[in-house]
Amino acid sequence: MLIPCPHCGPRDVAEFTYGGDATKERPNPDSATAEDWCDYVFHRDNPRGRHVEYWHHGQGCRLWLKVARDTVTHKIEGAEVVGPWAAAAPKQGRDVA
Amino acid sequence: MSGYRLSSGGQIDRARPLSFAFDGKRYQGYAGDTLASALLANGVDLFGRSFKYHRPRGLFSAGVEEPNALVTLRSGARAEPNTRATVVELYDGLEASSQNRWPSLAFDVMAMNQLAGPLFSAGFYYKTFMGPTRKAWMLYEYFIRKAAGLGAGTLLPDPDRYEEMNAFCDVLVVGAGPAGLMAATAAASSGARVILADEQSALGGNLRGSASAQENLAGLAALDNVTLLARTTVYGYYDDNTLGAVERVADHVAAPAEGQPRERHWTIRAKQVVLATGAIERPIIFGDNDKPGVMLADAGRLYVERHGVAPGRRVAVFANNDGAYRSVAALTTAGVAVSAIVDARREIGAEAQAIAAASGAELLLGQVVTRALGGQRLSGIEVAAFDPVQGARDGAQRQISADCLLVSGGWTPTIHLASQAGGPARWDDSLTAFLPGEASQPWRAAGACQGTLDSAACFAEGAQAGAEAARACGLSPNPVSLPGAKTEPLADVPLPVWDARPPHGKGKAFVDLQHDVTASDISLAHREGFRSVEHLKRYTTLGMATDQGKTSNVTGLALMARERKLSIPEVGTTRFRPPYTPVSLGALAGQARGSHFRPTRRTAMHDWHVENGAEMQAAGLWLRPRIYAQGSETVEQAYSREARQVRASVGMVDVSTLGKIDVQGLDAAEFLNRVYSNGFLKLPEGKARYGLMLREDGFLWDDGTTWRLSETQFLMTTTTANAAPVLSQLEFLLAAVWPELKVAVTSVTEQWAGMAVSGPKSREVLASVLDDLDMSNEALPFMGVRKGHLNGLPVLVARLSFSGELAYEVYCGAHHGEAVWSRILEAGKPFGMIPYGVEALGTLRIEKGHVAGPELDGRTTAEDLGLAGMTSRKKHYIGSSMLKREGLTDPARLKLVGFVSADGGKIRAGAHLVAANDTSSPPRSLGHITSTTYSPALEKYIALGLLEDGPERVGEKLVATYPLKNIDVDVEVVSSHFFDPEGSRMHV
Repeated sequence: MLIPCPHCGPRDVAEFTYGGDATKERPNPDSATAEDWCDYVFHRDNPRGRHVEYWHHGQGCRLWLKVARDTVTHKIEGAEVVGPWAAAAPKQGRDVA
Repeated sequence: MSGYRLSSGGQIDRARPLSFAFDGKRYQGYAGDTLASALLANGVDLFGRSFKYHRPRGLFSAGVEEPNALVTLRSGARAEPNTRATVVELYDGLEASSQNRWPSLAFDVMAMNQLAGPLFSAGFYYKTFMGPTRKAWMLYEYFIRKAAGLGAGTLLPDPDRYEEMNAFCDVLVVGAGPAGLMAATAAASSGARVILADEQSALGGNLRGSASAQENLAGLAALDNVTLLARTTVYGYYDDNTLGAVERVADHVAAPAEGQPRERHWTIRAKQVVLATGAIERPIIFGDNDKPGVMLADAGRLYVERHGVAPGRRVAVFANNDGAYRSVAALTTAGVAVSAIVDARREIGAEAQAIAAASGAELLLGQVVTRALGGQRLSGIEVAAFDPVQGARDGAQRQISADCLLVSGGWTPTIHLASQAGGPARWDDSLTAFLPGEASQPWRAAGACQGTLDSAACFAEGAQAGAEAARACGLSPNPVSLPGAKTEPLADVPLPVWDARPPHGKGKAFVDLQHDVTASDISLAHREGFRSVEHLKRYTTLGMATDQGKTSNVTGLALMARERKLSIPEVGTTRFRPPYTPVSLGALAGQARGSHFRPTRRTAMHDWHVENGAEMQAAGLWLRPRIYAQGSETVEQAYSREARQVRASVGMVDVSTLGKIDVQGLDAAEFLNRVYSNGFLKLPEGKARYGLMLREDGFLWDDGTTWRLSETQFLMTTTTANAAPVLSQLEFLLAAVWPELKVAVTSVTEQWAGMAVSGPKSREVLASVLDDLDMSNEALPFMGVRKGHLNGLPVLVARLSFSGELAYEVYCGAHHGEAVWSRILEAGKPFGMIPYGVEALGTLRIEKGHVAGPELDGRTTAEDLGLAGMTSRKKHYIGSSMLKREGLTDPARLKLVGFVSADGGKIRAGAHLVAANDTSSPPRSLGHITSTTYSPALEKYIALGLLEDGPERVGEKLVATYPLKNIDVDVEVVSSHFFDPEGSRMHV
């Protein structure tokens, strides 16, 4: 599998570490309930088809990416950099969010 | 079968005789032979015993699909079980032995299994050994495993080398037969980078050795943009057009030459792929169809044409299509007599009739072979009339004498790679075969693998596929001239005959020869409800052997379709998975074996440690000094001496392996304050603080000291094991959770060398060796961090203590590590300073009750380890919210305490703590031991452990039990702070 890293270009999946479900947002600790935390830390869907995931390019630019991937075909729709450096690297493929 | 060498013909070199041995007996063959063809030429017809019934088996094919002739090649460390004799190239001195027989191939005791036939039908193991008789499995497993199966592997290390190759190309062509050759030629004409790979020893497929193929290949070989790979099996089709292939570089010689790899694994990334993988002939089922002498018709042709070997002296042919007549023609040309042609069709074409007439064979149309006759080898066949609707008729069987029967039931396109990278296979009713489905990756199929069996059409299709592939890469191919093949007059369209047995036919009818799955096993599976293809496969193990059902899958499906009264496509097929043919583990492992399995990390002082007698031990990827043994010291004596000397005077330990992360930015302090469970906002410049990191779920994760070097710069240290995960997590938090924080993090683990100087004399030693630092308690207080110089080299000095003694950590640039280390040791000489290893490091920390990896095991909380005071209540931090969960605040949780051995026995890590008076079996575990050592300070064996109501039990006597070794030690529960609990020694 090749992941289109917006900073480095298409790279082999072996350079990346899977970071899990990227649709989960960390709760605001000021207002979150125990259920919110339980959901964030433990509950994960296992979708068949399109999924948005975190991937860490640890053997490359070390950026964290959000990647839209089909879990059946492994086709990658798009990838984008997460965080303050996102603006510096163009998104790859279709919008991830 | 009575095979023999023909006096002429074949693509063998009769000037190069080769000597070889099978089961210890010596034979002779020629260069260009396979092991199978050479044995066949010598009249050998018994190659092995079958998997379950130990029935005698001979050659069935001439290629990778071979289910029967599996042999162990070579001996000793190079012994390789389950190689197919049909693809083993003969070399001088080759040694092979048969498998799954005892005491000998000709007389096999286990052959009596076939008398117990019904016992071993589908589902035998489940039915016999599940439920109440389950325990019997324990008793019989050994014997069953011994009786059933294939060859035995060697336990000796592989002496050979394997290489890995990464290749990129525009067009990969898999298969170098008529279609593949033309595809490669067409694609190469555009200037595309082309790789043409074929599993056989020479390229050309069915054209092998022909003048036109030689010319074509020579033309391709002369092009810089073409790579030709013979003996290379493309076995797997993976995501993003990545394909796996194995090139057998030196499998066809006794041993690889000096420096030569045995095999080379290719990872090929292709823009476009052309699959020209051909087709494999399939048999027709009849009674005792596994008798040695029964083989596929095209295999008979190949042995004659390629190897100059006749498969028998009285050859009969059984067919339902014209393909078999190609074999008849080849045999006739070579002067091999064909006595009878049994064809299920009532009418055949003029060309086939002419071939039959020329052969002089008796032509029996509208008839089928219902049974093979003979003992250990074929002696004849039974033939009966056949009706396309009713099938074969009982009674009125005619017998024909034959020592070889060539069978052709039509062709099964080799769609394995297409299936791995495509949609469900398509059923073709006229070919009665599955064809490649829709491509889900950029490949196109050409030739026999998509059902085109005519040579001229294969050429045209290949050329078109190659040109299209080049165009898809944005290149312009030139038109290529096609070899002048005349249109094939023979029609390979078969009459659908799968099982030729009459209703009351005799003998076992094998569908899957390698796994001994019979037609009645399939009926049984149907009766018992295992009707879907996936159930059928698992219940009967049809198609699950090393040949993966290459000659049996479609027949198996057809028989299930007959039982279910459905069409074959309605029954469906299973999806193919890699590998196409078996791949050696050596090829997959490549160079990543032994010490090259993973990288080794060495600290800057590594060579010094080794030169000075350190016994090194692995800590993750790192090598660290364990002890510096003197004379004949035991490990315990060595670390006790080292620890004693640290407490008495001074010692130094290499701590370079700790993870080191540079944290910089305007918000660095705020960031650390959110990451650590204790406060970091108010940490002043020039000070270090011990910090705890939790996981989001509230459990303890990592610990270490973090040093504030300036307002905006911190040096964080982590445990050796968590250096990489902690950095990844910090990067994640800065990217995904708090992108607003202005902080950058980077690993500096390899940039700094670190050493801890510990002991009451550490201040004096460092004061004498540092150029410019005031080492007084006032100038460098506990937890203070200062920049200074040593012999002019810049260093960081931090007053930290893991040992409980007055101690400092000295960090310097990694390149200066050994110089600084040596200089400090030299300065320590007057004080008897010693280097100490990680054993003594552990002893000193256990004596102080400091936690480390064994306590931070992912299941403990800060409170469990007596560190509740370090979890702030005034702020949010990673893990703070879930730390309040019931399960994590339960007072029944195990708590950290210390133990001393009450009877002088050595306490074992992992031992369970039980009440002394608990006589139940097993006794109830109250907790367990995590870290143990002999304490030279206490002169006792001591330990840390996790215990129910731990602190309340101080003073109690318990037993640390280790049932695996039957070791019980009486222990007393004590505080985990064994030594200097007030910490007076490090504050001087």
